[in-house]
Amino acid sequence: MKSIAELEEIRKKTLEQINMRKNNERLRVVVGMATCGIAAGARPVMNALLEELKRRNVNDVSVTMTGCIGVCKLEPIVEVINPDGSKVTYVKMTPEKAVRVVAEHIVNGRICRDYTIGAEEGK
Amino acid sequence: MRDLSLHLLDIIQNSIAAKAGKIITIIYANKLDDELGIIVEDNGHGMDKEFLDKVTDPFVTTRKTRKIGIGLPLLKSSSEMAGGKLDIDSARGKGTILKSTFKIGHIDRLPLGDISDTFVSLIAARPDIEFELKLDNGEKSFLFNSFEIKKKLDGVPITEYEVLSWLKEFIDEGVKTIFGGVLNEVDS
Ligand SMILES: Nc1ncnc2c1ncn2[C@@H]1O[C@H](COP(=O)(O)OP(=O)(O)OP(=O)(O)O)[C@@H](O)[C@H]1O
Ligand SMILES: [Mg+2]
Repeated sequence: MKSIAELEEIRKKTLEQINMRKNNERLRVVVGMATCGIAAGARPVMNALLEELKRRNVNDVSVTMTGCIGVCKLEPIVEVINPDGSKVTYVKMTPEKAVRVVAEHIVNGRICRDYTIGAEEGK
Repeated sequence: MRDLSLHLLDIIQNSIAAKAGKIITIIYANKLDDELGIIVEDNGHGMDKEFLDKVTDPFVTTRKTRKIGIGLPLLKSSSEMAGGKLDIDSARGKGTILKSTFKIGHIDRLPLGDISDTFVSLIAARPDIEFELKLDNGEKSFLFNSFEIKKKLDGVPITEYEVLSWLKEFIDEGVKTIFGGVLNEVDS
């Protein structure tokens, strides 16, 4: 059985790590979770983002969700938002694409052009 | 929707859109009555009577990016296809309570899906909201409350990956314990 004692262990362990981090948010990632986003697979995309951020030890990026971004046929949609409010919108996302966005855009600062809304609309 | 956990994520999204601070989910499955039910109760801004009466009509929505809302109509049809129904009660300024039922053994009943994934995504995205989950099979129950966990964590964010992983396993165990042997798709 999972026990609350385990939770206490996790608490102690992570507390040390947290104290070593500096906590300014560098980017905000938002996953569209309205009905069509969910039906199109937004939940596994969100999980892939969380997992990959953890795997790469990225602590200055938050992942959240919003009810409504827009265009159904482009879902799942993921926005990567800079502190100044400018953003990149990725469309038709999959867990695999999410992993690439973390590696290339979030970690290395290179936007994955071929997944963006601009590239999709230019097709 | 492919399964009930995705429907659940979707209707909880409505509660979040209604600015709820606390969202209680009860999932019960009673083998004797052949009934599976999902109840979601929130303290969001609610709906007035007139709006409520027509809310399962897809052409009724307050969303702005699209003229139709499909969340509730889809849930209603998933319930009705499986011998159940959807009931919603709401009061402006107080909150909303929604109950969706299914015949457990009905051939068109959607599988439960990944309940823990639904809650872990919600908690990761909205740690400021209190999520409560109760699972019940008529004999035993399992209870989870995200703010209780927060209290125990005493300063460590609930959004830490290790905490989320623990939560996922914790809820998975609850699902197994309560619905294993009750719902076909859940291993006991
Ligand atoms: N828990 C709730 N509290 C307050 N209002 C609600 C709640 N659930 C639904 N509503 C109202 O009912 C409307 C219809 O909901 P529904 O889920 O069917 O569509 P939607 O959320 O508008 O769009 P979609 O689900 O397709 O993304 C919503 O726009 C909202 O005004
Ligand atoms: Mg909805």
